Amino acid sequence: MEEGKVISQLVQESAAAYSIIHEKFGSAISDFDANGTMPFFEVVDTSRWTEIALFMRDHPRLKFNYMACLSGVDYPAEGKLGIVCNFESLTHFHHKLAVKVKCARDGGSLQSVALVWHTANWHEREAYDMFGILFTGHPELKRILCPDDWVGYPLRKDYKVQDQYHGIKVPY
Amino acid sequence: MGLLDAGITKHNMLITSVDNVLNWARLSSLWPMGFGLACCAIEMMATNASNYDLERFGIFPRSSPRQSDLMIVAGTVTMKMAERVIRLYEQMPEPRYVLSMGSCSNCGGPYWEHGYHVLKGVDRIIPVDVYVPGCPPRPESLIGGLMKIQELIRMEQIGISRADALKKLSEKSVDPQFIIERERKAVGA
Ligand code: SF4
Repeated sequence: MEEGKVISQLVQESAAAYSIIHEKFGSAISDFDANGTMPFFEVVDTSRWTEIALFMRDHPRLKFNYMACLSGVDYPAEGKLGIVCNFESLTHFHHKLAVKVKCARDGGSLQSVALVWHTANWHEREAYDMFGILFTGHPELKRILCPDDWVGYPLRKDYKVQDQYHGIKVPY
Repeated sequence: MGLLDAGITKHNMLITSVDNVLNWARLSSLWPMGFGLACCAIEMMATNASNYDLERFGIFPRSSPRQSDLMIVAGTVTMKMAERVIRLYEQMPEPRYVLSMGSCSNCGGPYWEHGYHVLKGVDRIIPVDVYVPGCPPRPESLIGGLMKIQELIRMEQIGISRADALKKLSEKSVDPQFIIERERKAVGA
């Protein structure tokens, strides 16, 4: 019981943080989802993603100074790719928020936030490596885990492994 | 039988074949290359350390392929690593031996189906002499594998090929099930 109370208080704080962002950006972001584990919202107007990111980092009552994670996601049913970013505010506030940003599966791209949080640099490269999400404005967008000449994006749902890599058979 | 067990008398003179001396020298100082690729390497390090003490067999890891005659492929060989493994293998002087340790390097292990980045068996790129199964193999199994390499060296002769030596070795193979049953009976299990 005690724990449930703590979580809901966290969600309340996150909701308060959300309303500050919502006040500024209005319909550019979606409604607040009071998910007990990780409350989140989605960026609807993706062309304002960097702007929202800077606002979240610098606003005196938000201070999301810590990007805990940035993960790529594939949504084949919607024909989209996306990222989920987890933010916290170290030493300032207890609120936590996750932000989802999506782009088209073919030929879509997202704004990079690598210069807002340096953590995003490698994480965006990983999302590019695994899902093929392009990040505009990223200082060095190239593969980070797979070899540079790897074909395809391994974590996409429809990924098929290549037959040969440098003359070595890949499938079992 | 070891050479020294023969008992040396007559002014330390001893008559044996050149093959015997060479093989004895080589199998008593097998130097593996000191490199590990994944979790299996932890077990290999444990085997090298004091509890299992590989040095009692004269097995001591070297830090250069140029000084090694045995490659223990301990762990997951990724596609990225595969080409490096080939290069390291080619840098080793002959005669050289390869021991594939663990399911990953035997056949891809847990990554056999969905591991797009894993080489499904190091024998796709370099010739393997002995496979040690397990995920990871216990140090005892690794020692067992190393002793198989020693046996293989014992089978070698000047003028016969590695393939012939391996054939001679496989002719001497025993059925492990039989030994397990026998040991079980002996302890009354
Ligand atoms: S065989 Fe098992 S223990 Fe060895 S490297 Fe592979 S996953 Fe790790």
